[in-house]
Amino acid sequence: MSDEVIVANKLTKIFNRNLVAVDHVSFNVKDGEIFGFLGPNGAGKTTTINMLTTVLKPTEGTASVLGYDIVKQANRVREVIGVVPQEYTADEDLTGYENMILCADLYGIPRDIARKRALELLELVELVGFKDKRVETYSGGMRRRLELACGLINRPKVLFLDEPTLGLDVQTRAATWSYIKRLKKEYDMTIFMTTHYLEEADTLCDRIAIIDHGKIIVVGTPSELKDSIGGDIITISIKENIDVTETIYSIGNVKEVKNENGTYWIKAEKGEVLAPLIVEALWRKGYTVTKLSITEPTLNEVYLEYTGRAIRDIKESREAIRMQRITLRRARAR
Amino acid sequence: MSRVDEFHPSLIRGLWALTLRELKKWLKDPVMLVMFILQPLIWMGLLGKSMNIQGLFLSGNIGNISIPSIQVPGSLLNPPVNGVITIPSIIISKQLQEMFSNIGLNIMQNTFGVTDYFSYMAVGMISMIVMTTTMFSGMSIVWDRRLGFLNKVISTPVSRTAIIFAKILNATFRAIFQATVILALAYILGLQVSPTFTWLNIIGVYAAIFLLSIGLSSVFLAFSIRSTRMERPMQFVSLITMPLMFASNVFFPISLMPSWMQIIARVNPLTYLTDAIRQLTILPLDPSTLIIDFTYLSIFALVLATIGIILSWKYLTR
Repeated sequence: MSDEVIVANKLTKIFNRNLVAVDHVSFNVKDGEIFGFLGPNGAGKTTTINMLTTVLKPTEGTASVLGYDIVKQANRVREVIGVVPQEYTADEDLTGYENMILCADLYGIPRDIARKRALELLELVELVGFKDKRVETYSGGMRRRLELACGLINRPKVLFLDEPTLGLDVQTRAATWSYIKRLKKEYDMTIFMTTHYLEEADTLCDRIAIIDHGKIIVVGTPSELKDSIGGDIITISIKENIDVTETIYSIGNVKEVKNENGTYWIKAEKGEVLAPLIVEALWRKGYTVTKLSITEPTLNEVYLEYTGRAIRDIKESREAIRMQRITLRRARAR
Repeated sequence: MSRVDEFHPSLIRGLWALTLRELKKWLKDPVMLVMFILQPLIWMGLLGKSMNIQGLFLSGNIGNISIPSIQVPGSLLNPPVNGVITIPSIIISKQLQEMFSNIGLNIMQNTFGVTDYFSYMAVGMISMIVMTTTMFSGMSIVWDRRLGFLNKVISTPVSRTAIIFAKILNATFRAIFQATVILALAYILGLQVSPTFTWLNIIGVYAAIFLLSIGLSSVFLAFSIRSTRMERPMQFVSLITMPLMFASNVFFPISLMPSWMQIIARVNPLTYLTDAIRQLTILPLDPSTLIIDFTYLSIFALVLATIGIILSWKYLTR
């Protein structure tokens, strides 16, 4: 088997002839890795997942999952993948166990195997005790785990997770991450996921593609991406109203300096060594440093660097908001 | 790494699983179930019983119209008598009242085919519930879409045909179930079955309902599969149910309607469903009209289901 589990080549989706949701996206996902699409809502993450999981047909370009073409061999793809959508798709009126069996039926898994697997998976996500309770009584975290279990009923080799912790509180989110890690280990899968939580991408993903406006901006491991920023970031403010950019550059080992209203962002490889030198140089010239901080770059900085904006301030489509509101409401239920 | 257990879901398996889900959901919401049966029951009980049309012809309704005595020349009688015979008004009045209620029964029989309006109307109510149930169940796909269930199902290898037919079958099952309940209730409330009725006719009733449900639900499925909100399809349903009901033989025979309305009633599938059920239950069975009813319903089902399924299919493989 080839090392590349998912190969996307110039994948494009245009809605209503003019809305470009995904714009010539190409990437490879290697066997056994967790590959994450990081980007704001409306960036094209879900559309990409929908194409890879054969829900939508690409307008242009091709992609394959485990060597099967997502359009020509859609049914083969469907058999080998597992999908955990962003929404809570489990039926509220049915019990957790009934939902599992329904999923199994959709994959044509014989009943005796289905029963065994359903129990095994419910055990893994610690829902066995609630298996005969209606899903409407489940908490957000429990529902998410049930979705995970449903997505694994056919023992997929590739699992697609769309915003796996959307709307969950911080604790539940961390717990869900550990379930994902455990399941991945147990079933030896390749995972393709999307998220707009930086921390989530950082903790879970082996490699990340930052996507914005339907295009992939950069791909790399979290540490590669952080390193690509050029080390640490020193933030410094001085009392005097004078541009000291040149002074800072003259110290050497400085990669980039940005001045915004007397606050300087300085990129450098070893911030803790450089910071005292900067303070000294400025002091010699007679300037007073009022504030100083050193931060190691997080994905937040990476994101800012590549997209030019923070991940939070994004306009969303009304439809996306409505869908998300339903998801959030269900996440918070109980 | 040989976890390659490749199962292929059969069409029947997928269809059964998805239909079962719908039916389970339905049975777990008994309140809705009762409400749905209550509505036609109220119509049937109140309207069917209050519109006591045969009661119009009761002799008492003639009231106290003054009927003069009639004088008949004795020569006209057989055998002839001399002089003039006077027939007192009381005898004439009695005769008239008797005739009147006979005429009434005849009018009822000729207009409605039966002598009691309740039986006529109760069957119409079966058509009504079949129509509304079918439309609403076809629309439940809007929820599947909004809650992401539809996308999830599309990403599984289950047959697309199964996805569409599960909805249609579900609508049909519900319609048949509710029709059975209404029929039973109507019988309890005094529905009079015709002498030609046998229990086998019930199969025919179900077949007719099945045909209408398939046609209507697939169109509604196609209509609502694209919408993201329930409001629009709901509005549409309430907009068309009334006209469909009144421009048909649900409440009143079409032969007495103005001609423009007759045209609508004659293409209205509800007319044929209602007539088919009446033929099979309360009317003396006329095979030739029953064949026409079933032919029309079959064509209706075939054409609309084809259109509906093609449109839905197109959407599912966007």
